Amino acid sequence: MRADADRVVETRGLTRRFGSLVAVNEVDLDVRRGEIFGCLGPNGSGKSTLMRMLLGLLAPSAGHARVLGLEMPGQAEQLRHRVGYMPQRFSLYEDLTVSENLGFAGRVFGLTRRHRREMTHAVIERHGLERYAHTRAEALSGGWKQRLALAVATIHEPELLVLDEPTAGVDPQSRREFWEHLFELTAEDTTIFVSTHYMDEAVRCHRLGLFRDGRRVALGSPQELVRELAGRVVDVWVDEPERAIAAMGSSPLVASITQLGDVVHVLLAADAPDAQEAEAALTTRLSEAGLSGARATPAAANLEDVFVSLLIEDDSRVSP
Amino acid sequence: MIGRTMRTLTGGLNRIGAIAHKELLQLLRDRLTLAMMVGIPALQLVLFGYAIDVDVRNVPTAVLDRSQSAESRKLLGELQATQTFDLVREAVDEHDANRLLEASRVGAVIVIPPDFAREFYRGRGAIVSILADASDPTVSRAIALSAQGFAQSMSTRMTSFSDAPGDQRRPGPDQDMVRPEPIRIEVLPLYNPERRTAVFVVPGLVGVILTMTMMLFTALAVVRERERGTFEFLIATPVRRGEVMLGKIVPYLAVGFMQVGIVLTLGVLLFDVPIHGSLWQLAVGALPFLAAMLSMGLFVSAVSRSQLQATQLSFFFFLPSMLLSGFMFPFDAMPIAAQWIGECLPLTHFLRIVRGIVLKGATLSTLGMELAAIGAFFTVAFVLASLTFRKRLG
Repeated sequence: MRADADRVVETRGLTRRFGSLVAVNEVDLDVRRGEIFGCLGPNGSGKSTLMRMLLGLLAPSAGHARVLGLEMPGQAEQLRHRVGYMPQRFSLYEDLTVSENLGFAGRVFGLTRRHRREMTHAVIERHGLERYAHTRAEALSGGWKQRLALAVATIHEPELLVLDEPTAGVDPQSRREFWEHLFELTAEDTTIFVSTHYMDEAVRCHRLGLFRDGRRVALGSPQELVRELAGRVVDVWVDEPERAIAAMGSSPLVASITQLGDVVHVLLAADAPDAQEAEAALTTRLSEAGLSGARATPAAANLEDVFVSLLIEDDSRVSP
Repeated sequence: MIGRTMRTLTGGLNRIGAIAHKELLQLLRDRLTLAMMVGIPALQLVLFGYAIDVDVRNVPTAVLDRSQSAESRKLLGELQATQTFDLVREAVDEHDANRLLEASRVGAVIVIPPDFAREFYRGRGAIVSILADASDPTVSRAIALSAQGFAQSMSTRMTSFSDAPGDQRRPGPDQDMVRPEPIRIEVLPLYNPERRTAVFVVPGLVGVILTMTMMLFTALAVVRERERGTFEFLIATPVRRGEVMLGKIVPYLAVGFMQVGIVLTLGVLLFDVPIHGSLWQLAVGALPFLAAMLSMGLFVSAVSRSQLQATQLSFFFFLPSMLLSGFMFPFDAMPIAAQWIGECLPLTHFLRIVRGIVLKGATLSTLGMELAAIGAFFTVAFVLASLTFRKRLG
């Protein structure tokens, strides 16, 4: 592999098996310095396992992983000082206070006493943790725990942050602030490798990898991924959305339907004609079902459409 | 080169310090564990010191008095006064007496023959039999001892006021007074003249309690990190394997010394256990034992997946330690195979150290072999723990 200073994460054919289960299946990835790289995929798609291999916590069954120029898991100890990790589950000491947790992390990351004090102060201030400094972690709510976890993961100013579903179960306001912090960090040249379930967060990543059954099924910026679905989405305005969904659901043109209030958002099948033709076919079908006055227009695809399309098409590809 | 080594070393010490400090903070906040650290020694001490008192007293006893004389009643009164026997009921006949013993209603039956008074005054030696339930050998042995001592004192006292000292062939009622025969005379423990069990038990208890708690504390301290998910954070930091292990051992050394202090202090206060040797020597002698048990705990933590498993595994080690170390049964009286196993257990050697120092005033210089054995065990346990302790998941 060529040494590329801008390539923070590089994997080739990375695979991990647990018995007969293939948790991560021949994954190729390149993550560039200073970007937020998002991993999107359903539970069990191998995101956490992938992250653990990138951190050298888990040995791959096959393939290579190179992180910050270091071979994993062989050079994992050298990597430790340069990465911050937020596991999926809150993994700080619940019975220690916020500042004790920060102090412990600072110490194990080898910060000098003075540097430790400065950094503890800095991250407490950055994340607004002042009034909880002497509160035990167990007493914090989900949003505050997550802030603390990010503060701890960044106390040694790592070059790479690995965040495993950091905002799961956290309120929208906290999630928004959390992402603001992530952008601040990238402005300081930190690279972020993050997994999420939330589409609104996925959209904010510079680039995304979509995962399913341990395989990386798509890769690109959110815009690129959405562009691939151009002409495949139709919005339908109709008086009785429930009946409309029932009527259109059986059509071979339709891959999936989502109701968004009064609007029925339709993702067309991959082999369907383009949106212009499909509109006509769908309105005809609706009037046959007794739903006159339906209005269909081509619409912009969103990430959820991308995600759903990949899941469906993947299914049809792998099933016999 | 030297600068780099120094940096690695101080970095390592700093990380060990961080873990030890964190561990102590958690320890002080975990009320249950803290209560266990103080409670287990105190409770064990009281249990072993009082409840498992091998000095047998108040054995429920039935009386089959066929003599029904003033002399027999006097004898029974004196027997009751020894406190070994508690005369709880009268038996109707031999059959009834056997039935009472079989049903464990009584632990002994005192049988006084019809001609007791006459035989006594003739000086031929009145035969009083005590039927003892020997299913508990400790009890029967205690009865035999007590009866023998009693017979001797009675014969001298009673013959002195009997009017017929006469027959020199049978000078008093002592020889056949007690059954079952033969009466075994137990050797008096040399360093415990009053033959109080507590004096012997308490120093041994120091070792037993440390075996039980030390192993469990480190085992749980690591397994808990795994169960709570904090281990995943910890292993993603620059902390090295050996540093985690040492950081977990150091605070519990302090706990171990605290427990030694609790047991000995209570032993002195509650049971008047004399401490003949030097406490400094004891502390130095305890150090390798503590380290050995803590390392054993790390090994247990490395091979168990849950706190329950760790607890069970610790017990798996604790039981033979308790039974075969010479704490429960006299080491020299055990079968030779059991002694071999016992020699492999660190508790066996620590018992010799702690009993030697506390009861006999021995010094470490005479206990070198025991220290070496414990040191060897520590080395094996630490190597095993190092080989199995992983800084990786899955």
